[in-house]
Amino acid sequence: MSWMKRAAWAAGIAAAVLAGGARAAGGDLPLLEAKVELGDRASLQRGAKLYVNYCAGCHSAQYLRFSQLGRDLGLTEDQVRANLMFATDKPGDPILATLSESDASAWFGQAPPDLSLTARSRGADWIYTYLMTFYRDEGRPFGANNLVFPDVAMPHVLVELQGVQVRKEAGGEDGHEPAARSAMELLELAESGSMSVAEYRRTVRDLVNFLVYLGEPAKLHRYTVGGWVLLFLLVFFVISRLLYKEYWKDVH
Amino acid sequence: MRWLVDWIDARFPLISLWEEHVSRYYAPKNFNFWYYFGSIALVVLVIQIVTGIWLTMNYKPSATEAFASVESIMRDVEWGWLIRYMHSTGASFFFIAVYLHMFRALIYGSYKGNRELIWLLGMFIYVILMAEAFMGYLLPWGQMSYWGAQVIISLFGAIPFGIGEALALWIRGDYVVSDATLNRFFALHVVALPLALLAVVVLHILALHEVGSNNPDGVEIKRNKGPDGTPRDGIPFHPYYTVKDLMGVTVFLFLFAIVVFFIPEFGGWFLEKDNFVPADPLRTPEHIVPLWYFTPFYAILRAIPDKLTGVLAMGASIVVLFFLPWIDRHPVKSIRYRGPLFVTLMMTFALTFVVLGYLGTQAPTRVLGELGLRFGELYFSFFVVLWLYSRERRAAAYLNTLIVMVVLVGIADVIRFDPDKLGLMVWSLLIPLVYFAVFIVGPLVSSANEPRPVPERVVYR
Repeated sequence: MSWMKRAAWAAGIAAAVLAGGARAAGGDLPLLEAKVELGDRASLQRGAKLYVNYCAGCHSAQYLRFSQLGRDLGLTEDQVRANLMFATDKPGDPILATLSESDASAWFGQAPPDLSLTARSRGADWIYTYLMTFYRDEGRPFGANNLVFPDVAMPHVLVELQGVQVRKEAGGEDGHEPAARSAMELLELAESGSMSVAEYRRTVRDLVNFLVYLGEPAKLHRYTVGGWVLLFLLVFFVISRLLYKEYWKDVH
Repeated sequence: MRWLVDWIDARFPLISLWEEHVSRYYAPKNFNFWYYFGSIALVVLVIQIVTGIWLTMNYKPSATEAFASVESIMRDVEWGWLIRYMHSTGASFFFIAVYLHMFRALIYGSYKGNRELIWLLGMFIYVILMAEAFMGYLLPWGQMSYWGAQVIISLFGAIPFGIGEALALWIRGDYVVSDATLNRFFALHVVALPLALLAVVVLHILALHEVGSNNPDGVEIKRNKGPDGTPRDGIPFHPYYTVKDLMGVTVFLFLFAIVVFFIPEFGGWFLEKDNFVPADPLRTPEHIVPLWYFTPFYAILRAIPDKLTGVLAMGASIVVLFFLPWIDRHPVKSIRYRGPLFVTLMMTFALTFVVLGYLGTQAPTRVLGELGLRFGELYFSFFVVLWLYSRERRAAAYLNTLIVMVVLVGIADVIRFDPDKLGLMVWSLLIPLVYFAVFIVGPLVSSANEPRPVPERVVYR
């Protein structure tokens, strides 16, 4: 009977794993890969500048202070002051939106979310795909919609850089949209922006990289610390093993 | 140094305590891999208490400030991220260590031979630990903290006659999870439960040292003493097991550090994505999942369509563990000297627990919900089989048990009968039926459940 039992197990587990895999994909649109490199300081600095120029007007990053940003990204206080801060900000201040919550609610229907932890709650790939997949939709208040965040309240802030994308006509023979292998297959560029496609990708990657840093500044050095801790434990293991062997050699 | 020890010893039983519990506590010399997890659990307890104290210094137990204070720990507090990750990872590793420790007790019969109280005290530790983890998980005040607590507390509401609702209200201190709930959970998490935990851990160790440790052979080492009155197969805990456990703890800390420094979220299993969003009482997350260490029981709860029955079944799945020493009375302690069928039974139980744990994390679809119910049936059937195996019985006892079990499963299927799921129910019925065929009919038609003779002395190397 045991082969039957095994088969039942195998079937059960296979079903469970398949179902899990389907769910883990999340939504029906595969996300693009952000491929961010936290070690790339220049990219983080570019990302910080993009963030301040394009995001910080409406979105707060209330858990990050300008001073920490400068320290972590290797910028002097003067550089931070000149490039990233508004005249009224002090170095110890958190990076808050200039837009007030009541104005935001009146204009967009809701206050733009704080972005401090978006990279942790949504993931880098999601943000990257989100910023890549705005498209023209005259039915929306700001004329733009998004593939991974349908009917999002936010306008396409980076449109001057990316240009205007439109949704391709449904291409399937039966009128249904073909299953997209990538979100980008559903969109095409109708009007080009100030950047080439490759430049825009790099720009979004820099911005996402910064948001990943913003989600967890400690990530910049926790791997390094971890490496030393593991090295210590490895050496300590050798010592403890030798000690164990020494004591236990008289146990028979 | 000597004068200080003498001074203290004249006023406090320092030397005798040290000797009784450490340097002259004789432990069997044949401990294997499974015997590391007691001391590892103790190390994790210390990690949790120490990191917990430092977290408390910077945490604010208030619905408006809790989330921000945790982020401040992650960003502004020196090494705060490390303290927090050690604590969050420690919670999961505590359960890993405790589950392996409990499984060890199960396969080597460590609750036998006057060791019932050790097991019972251990079970109290486990239950307190679950409460501790549950309440601690509310404190970051993220979406999953909030809604997880909301769901679990509302389970009490299933108790009828108005008792349940009143109880849930009493636990929350409000009609929903709120600031009042957060404050009392904080008090319980940092003061009451750790105190209880420490006290019961001390009792657990005292009870263990009174009877003496079991071992992978299940041989009582105190029955065979040398001329000096110490067990021939025993060695003093210190220095032998202190140095051995030091090695084991180092390996454990290595794995712990990999998670803390490189994968603290552990793919959402240790820190869930939704918990990086502040608690919002007006927005329910799409999919509320308890942390992984509760999911086997959660799967049992969800598998049963009737809420009260589900809550009772979940309660029973934990309560039944308390009775393990009286369910399994077989004189042979160790899995080493029980038949291959018993080995298969234990493996199947471990697998059942893992599968239930997995199912508890998934949305209860048609198929997965059905599997949850079937594996829930296997979970409880395990204890019936364990009881059946616990002494020599006539064939009639096996057949009666088989009939009772099949009838029970049948009744459950009749009660929950759903014409839309007929095919699925029939197919999945194979799971418990095959289980009964193997483990209840198996011993009747083969000798696969015959125990082998237990040696006089422990087997070492």
